[in-house]
Amino acid sequence: MSDNTNHKEVSYLEYQGKYRGILGWILSTDHKRIGLLYLYTMLLFFSIAAILGLLMKTQLIAPGETIMGPQTYNSFFTLHGIIMIFIIVVPGLPAVFGNFFLPIMIGAKDVAFPRINLLSWWLYIIGILIVLTSQFTGGGPPDTGWTFYAPYSFQTPTNVLPAVFGAFVMGFSSILTGINFVVTIHRMRAPGMKWLRMPLFPWTLYGTAWIQILATPVIGITLMLIIAERMLGIGFFDPALGGDPILYQHLFWIYSHPAVYIMILPAMGVISEIIPVFSRKSIFGYRAIVLSTMAIAFVGYFVWGHHMFTSGMSGRALFTFSFLTFLVAIPSAIKVFNWVATMHKGSLHLHTPFFWALSFLFVFMIGGLTGLVLGALATNVHLHDTHFVVAHFHFIVFGGTGFAFMGAVHYWFPKMFGRMYDANWANLGWGIFFIGFLSLYLPMFFLGMSGMPRRYYDYLPEFHGMNILSSMGAWVMISGILIIFANLIRSARSGPKTTEKNPWGGKTLEWQVDTPPTLENFDEIPAVDKTPYDYRDYAENTNS
Amino acid sequence: MYPLGASTFVEGVNNAFVFILGVSFFFLISITAVIIYFLIRYNKKRNPKPTHVEGNNWLEFIWTAIPLVLVMGMFYYGYVAWIPMKRIPDEGFHVTANARMWSFSFTYDNGRVTDKLFVPKDTAIILSLNARDVLHSLYIPAFRIKEDMVPGLTDNRMWFQANNTGTFTIFCAEYCGLQHALMYTDLVVMEPDEFWEWYADTTAVAPVIPEDANLALLGRQVVESKGCIACHSLDGTVVIGPSFLGKFGDPVRVITDGVEREIIYDEEYVRRSIYDPDYDITVGFRRGQMLSYEGEVTEDEVMLIIEFLKSLNE
Repeated sequence: MSDNTNHKEVSYLEYQGKYRGILGWILSTDHKRIGLLYLYTMLLFFSIAAILGLLMKTQLIAPGETIMGPQTYNSFFTLHGIIMIFIIVVPGLPAVFGNFFLPIMIGAKDVAFPRINLLSWWLYIIGILIVLTSQFTGGGPPDTGWTFYAPYSFQTPTNVLPAVFGAFVMGFSSILTGINFVVTIHRMRAPGMKWLRMPLFPWTLYGTAWIQILATPVIGITLMLIIAERMLGIGFFDPALGGDPILYQHLFWIYSHPAVYIMILPAMGVISEIIPVFSRKSIFGYRAIVLSTMAIAFVGYFVWGHHMFTSGMSGRALFTFSFLTFLVAIPSAIKVFNWVATMHKGSLHLHTPFFWALSFLFVFMIGGLTGLVLGALATNVHLHDTHFVVAHFHFIVFGGTGFAFMGAVHYWFPKMFGRMYDANWANLGWGIFFIGFLSLYLPMFFLGMSGMPRRYYDYLPEFHGMNILSSMGAWVMISGILIIFANLIRSARSGPKTTEKNPWGGKTLEWQVDTPPTLENFDEIPAVDKTPYDYRDYAENTNS
Repeated sequence: MYPLGASTFVEGVNNAFVFILGVSFFFLISITAVIIYFLIRYNKKRNPKPTHVEGNNWLEFIWTAIPLVLVMGMFYYGYVAWIPMKRIPDEGFHVTANARMWSFSFTYDNGRVTDKLFVPKDTAIILSLNARDVLHSLYIPAFRIKEDMVPGLTDNRMWFQANNTGTFTIFCAEYCGLQHALMYTDLVVMEPDEFWEWYADTTAVAPVIPEDANLALLGRQVVESKGCIACHSLDGTVVIGPSFLGKFGDPVRVITDGVEREIIYDEEYVRRSIYDPDYDITVGFRRGQMLSYEGEVTEDEVMLIIEFLKSLNE
């Protein structure tokens, strides 16, 4: 959309561009509308994948076949993984909140390439549609797991190709978003916003964007090789054709491990925004957090082998990968210490986004510490491919990224919609969700320690007790999600209107623009002359 | 929650667990306690005016250095407990472990083949890992060991030494398709004397079937121990291959060399389907789903399976 000074004071929600109605959204190049397009798409698919997860946990409430057979269960965990990884958490925070807030937080009118930004969303939608065709055509829903491990992915009669091709197309969406963000951050920061005056959420988006650009092509190539092998019979990975299945695992994890950092880095950024605001205090160790962000983005490339400790790699490779895995734990620990130190001598305002941030700290610590158990060679051999791993990555990917996502929604909601949600319902939903989350995933650690492998639709009676607890946790957690979603959806449509620019007392630029923001965010691009979380005024006056 | 430890690796692995989990619990509990203390002490009611602090380089150094030392300790514990798993001894009792969708079988050097793994106590057991179709992983939780079984990978081995007699579970840990969850068997550790007696008892290799034996029942045992019913149901439901129920002696439509034809479900058809499964494909099913059982099912066992199939008609 071109500049239109007549509409300067109209919010982006009311702005009337070239197109009306739904076209005004799906053809809009406004970064804020694109952010919301992603949000709505993810809300829909998250709900589907969460229901699949709930049904799987219900199947596991007792040994034997309770509500579904193995073929259904196997296709459920495959689709659950594909949706949650490729459609939700990989694009996740950058696509929704990065799009919406990155330009505003660095004082820009939009991202560097608004049309490419819209193209990213369209590629994402096309990728989703291709993945969905795999469910309804050919030999039936894929049953390979989201990892598509060779050679099973070549032998199953199910419809693997569309799922793989859909993921391939979504990869381009990810790469384009990455390029867009890198250029935006380099070229479009407000005057005076030096690198070390940039808020931490944009910093994490920067690290993430580089991973998206550098790592995603690897998975693209790998997925193309699968397609070539399945369609043309060229033996890359299938030993029956002279290929090497372990080569597939290497290529897959060279992308998919950095992808974990694509998922968690922006979440760390969100937490770094929320904690200083609700502590009314500058973030502790800004430079240390920036450095640790870039260190994670860098070292994260070199640890993929820890997914393959039992695959038959050489001992020297295992030694090296285990060592590097322990190194990458350090920057995450540094962040946790700095977040906690930020609260020290702050003035803590307990609102919903802060609850999400605090619970993030707890579940992220559990996820990170259990990662150490998996990073050590001897313990990994016992725990690899068990429920322990499932619990660990749900604590990181759902506990980490998911809690930060929920925190981000509740933090930026008034700015995005110009309406406020009901805080009591939001807090109740958070509490139920948190309890459900812990009772769903904590028992899985015990199951894994006792030797229950993952991807099992049935199990031996000795694993029954913990599975009952875990399955009941799933129902509690889903109840929490229902309350949270109902509250947010109702409030976005008819919650009390607000035009207050800064309801939480934030210091970053998004809290200085109109609520909801205008099309071009700023009447005049602000000049930045201090660090992003300067709460000296609160420290000097008592009027908090 | 540890399963009862029973191999020489268990002690080292458990030490690594104790160290890593001990440090982890310490940090989890103390950081959580500090957060809760801050929430009370620095609540806005009690502390309306924050203090301006931007950071402290000494603290940054300390909380970088201490975790670094601790994780290097974790790395070390994990490494030293893992080294013995990788150092496969030269001398030991050798067994070939075979995996296929969705069953294990074990071939001993004297030609004996079993569906459970029998080993002597206090002896180094060296397993050659062999996968017929897709990835599998041989996992013995009580022994703390696991190694993937990769098709096409030769010289893929693992080893262990049992400290106690008893029966332990072997799971397949790497997802291998439909009945992955049902792919488990037993590891039976015996006293050496008892084991060697069992091992030398070659009558079990070519069992003499008594005249009055119930052949159909023996056939059922073969079908169960070879993992046939993972794909061929006994109750008429279609899983991967055709059900075994009530077909023997009936005409069946198959595709042979791309040509559809009708043949009789007879002894010859059963035998060919076991040794050359892709020769006749029942209409409605796919090629390549089953690999030959040549060398895994003996002629005698085929005879027993046929008796069992006949009994399903009654």
